[in-house]
Amino acid sequence: MSIGLHNSTFKNPVIRWVDSRLPIFSMMQNEYGTFPTPKNFNYFWNFGALAMINLLIMIATGIFLAMHYTPHVSMAFDSVERIMRDVNYGWLFRYVHANGASMFFIVVYVHIWRGMWYGSYKAPRELLWIIGVVIFLLMMATAFMGYVLPWGQMSFWGATVITNLFSAFPVVGDHIVTLLWGGFSVDNPTLNRFFSLHFLLPFVIFGVVFLHVAALHITGSNNPLGIDVKSPADTLPFHPYYTAKDSVGMVVYFIVFASLVFFAPNYLGHADNYIPANPMVTPAHIVPEWYFLPYYAILRAVPDKLGGVLLMFGSILVWFILPWLDTSPVRSMRFRPIAKWFLLLWGIAFGVLMYCGGKPPEGIYVVLSRVATLYYFAWFLVILPLLGRLERPLPLPESIAKPVLRGGGPLPAGAAAKPMEKA
Amino acid sequence: MFRSALRALTVFGVMAAAPALAPALAAGDHTQGPAALPHAHFHFEGVFGTFDRASAQRGFQVYKEVCSACHSMRLLSYRHLLELGLSEAEVRAIAATVTVNDGPNDEGQMFERPGRLSDRFRSPFPNEAAARAANNGAAPPDLSVISKAREEGPHYLHALLTGYADPPAGMAMGDGMNYNRYFPGNQIAMSAPLREEGQVEYADGTKATVEQMALDVTNFLQWAAEPEMEARKRMGVKWVLFLTILGGLAYATKRKIWANVPH
Ligand code: HEC
Ligand code: HEM
Repeated sequence: MSIGLHNSTFKNPVIRWVDSRLPIFSMMQNEYGTFPTPKNFNYFWNFGALAMINLLIMIATGIFLAMHYTPHVSMAFDSVERIMRDVNYGWLFRYVHANGASMFFIVVYVHIWRGMWYGSYKAPRELLWIIGVVIFLLMMATAFMGYVLPWGQMSFWGATVITNLFSAFPVVGDHIVTLLWGGFSVDNPTLNRFFSLHFLLPFVIFGVVFLHVAALHITGSNNPLGIDVKSPADTLPFHPYYTAKDSVGMVVYFIVFASLVFFAPNYLGHADNYIPANPMVTPAHIVPEWYFLPYYAILRAVPDKLGGVLLMFGSILVWFILPWLDTSPVRSMRFRPIAKWFLLLWGIAFGVLMYCGGKPPEGIYVVLSRVATLYYFAWFLVILPLLGRLERPLPLPESIAKPVLRGGGPLPAGAAAKPMEKA
Repeated sequence: MFRSALRALTVFGVMAAAPALAPALAAGDHTQGPAALPHAHFHFEGVFGTFDRASAQRGFQVYKEVCSACHSMRLLSYRHLLELGLSEAEVRAIAATVTVNDGPNDEGQMFERPGRLSDRFRSPFPNEAAARAANNGAAPPDLSVISKAREEGPHYLHALLTGYADPPAGMAMGDGMNYNRYFPGNQIAMSAPLREEGQVEYADGTKATVEQMALDVTNFLQWAAEPEMEARKRMGVKWVLFLTILGGLAYATKRKIWANVPH
């Protein structure tokens, strides 16, 4: 190797010249070409790639929307409708962007659930998981501020309710609220700073996603068995195996996405947001977007305002310490006969909270919200730490390659050796 | 192979179910209207639905002759009516019937002129306060996107316009308020705008019953709220067809690549 130059393996002289000085081609080759990947992924492992695509779609459509959008209280609503009517394909960009936010949350919720079910948050992937939670918080902030931009009734009243929550904090609360508003009520300064931040945050997310992927490529991926890769026989090169498998998931994702955008573009939205914002008229029910409903239900389940706010934030912050709350040595729920039922129940509690968040805070819905909230936290803070000690996991397979043999019949000669050559 | 296909189905089932469930979950906040909405059949419904242009054009006539006395549609321009299938001569004539304030001219004076294709629909009141003052304290909302601004938009509009009745015995009505079966709270400041057969005279000979006028104006308002709908659905059909074929190819490719890997 000549001093100071990277020893490139590329043949093409131009690529080789660049790669010797800036080995981005080698990097792509190593991280997405030959990268050794567990051979037993199921389709749950598509969702990270889908989230990446979704982020790019949001940024691409958002930039075009921003070219035509006017962040002013007297013009924002009309400028969005102008995009819909008079900008070429403006309706397409707007509906892709608005439904893209929903798709993003669907994809990321599945991605997170995958992590919980297969124990992907456990050592050595704790930091990878923590970075993921940071991405999720940034996404929530971005989506919240984006929803304010069209300046409809739900934009305005959602912003008012959510920003007001910060006033529950003693001493600093009111100052935080004034800072968020840029004044003494949700008004033009609020809209302006939300637009600015809504433009900025997706790029911050992009940076954090880079760290997420960088961390992933140090530890390598987890897999449905939750056991470590032991030998090259356990892995396949990322390309072409997982590029092909991700492509299948991607097309299905686009079919769901397209069905929403083209046939039911306002299905997930709220009709009230087509009424221009009016500070003098409060809507009968102020409801956030569907992806925030579980946290909204937790907020309203607590009779005390500060308590509700703390539990609401706590419901996500608790994810940060999940790697240390789970004391079991086993990652995948496949081998945790008791924990898997409790986790399933947690998923149901999350669904119940989502349901109750969209209902008025009265009667049975409050009771349901409280029970579900209690279980939500009990799972993390009580059940998970205890189960690790009490539960007896099923015997783990020796390696990823072995259980495949068990169920899959005799191994065709040479098949196991093949990936080894490539990896 | 079969197992992983099954798993894929489950995963995407969850993906597809989430948006399907969410609105059902998020809804429940628009049930103040006491009576259940009757569901009329509209030509624009469904994946292949298109606007019934003749009906929507009659609906525009209803809007122009009845509703526009109180309701603005400030997001629409007269030129948009060309997309509704009216001829340019017709639309120019319609625009010319209104007087528009323009200016300042070279002398710095404001002046009045007949409307043009590029003008927005003229609003009946100069501002919201005037609209409120003229309507017993309730401002008539702008109708440009009203169909998107109500849950079950077109069904609600049709029901509202045909839902006037005498208040049930014992119900205390506010001053100048009207009973409507479908309006939240049942008391609406708008008196029945479509009252009797023949209120407008349709050029195509269609009998202008209250029901017919309500359907026509609903078709028109739906078009006004989503003028892109036909182009959108057409593009959607192409995309879904293309993606289905691409999906078949992607799946076949994946199977081929994975053929000799036990998994
Ligand atoms: C005489 C004036 C007047 C006329 C004419 C009129 N409206 Fe209204 N309309 C009103 C007022 C006032 C309100 C506000 C009612 C309220 O908030 O109680 C209203 C409200 C509405 C609403 C909103 C109801 C809701 O859910 O909030 C719709 C839709 C509507 N009108 C449609 C029409 C249509 C369609 C026509 C023509 C066929 C029409 N209106 C003609 C005065 C009028
Ligand atoms: C993480 C990525 C993003 C998420 C989750 C997100 C989410 C949202 C949401 C929920 C809305 C409201 C949609 C509506 O009801 O109309 C919105 C609107 C908007 N977004 Fe984004 N967004 C993202 C990225 C971006 C980017 C990168 C830009 C610009 C560079 C952008 C620009 C806009 C604009 C201008 C609007 C207002 C127009 C409209 O309401 O349709 N967004 N966004």
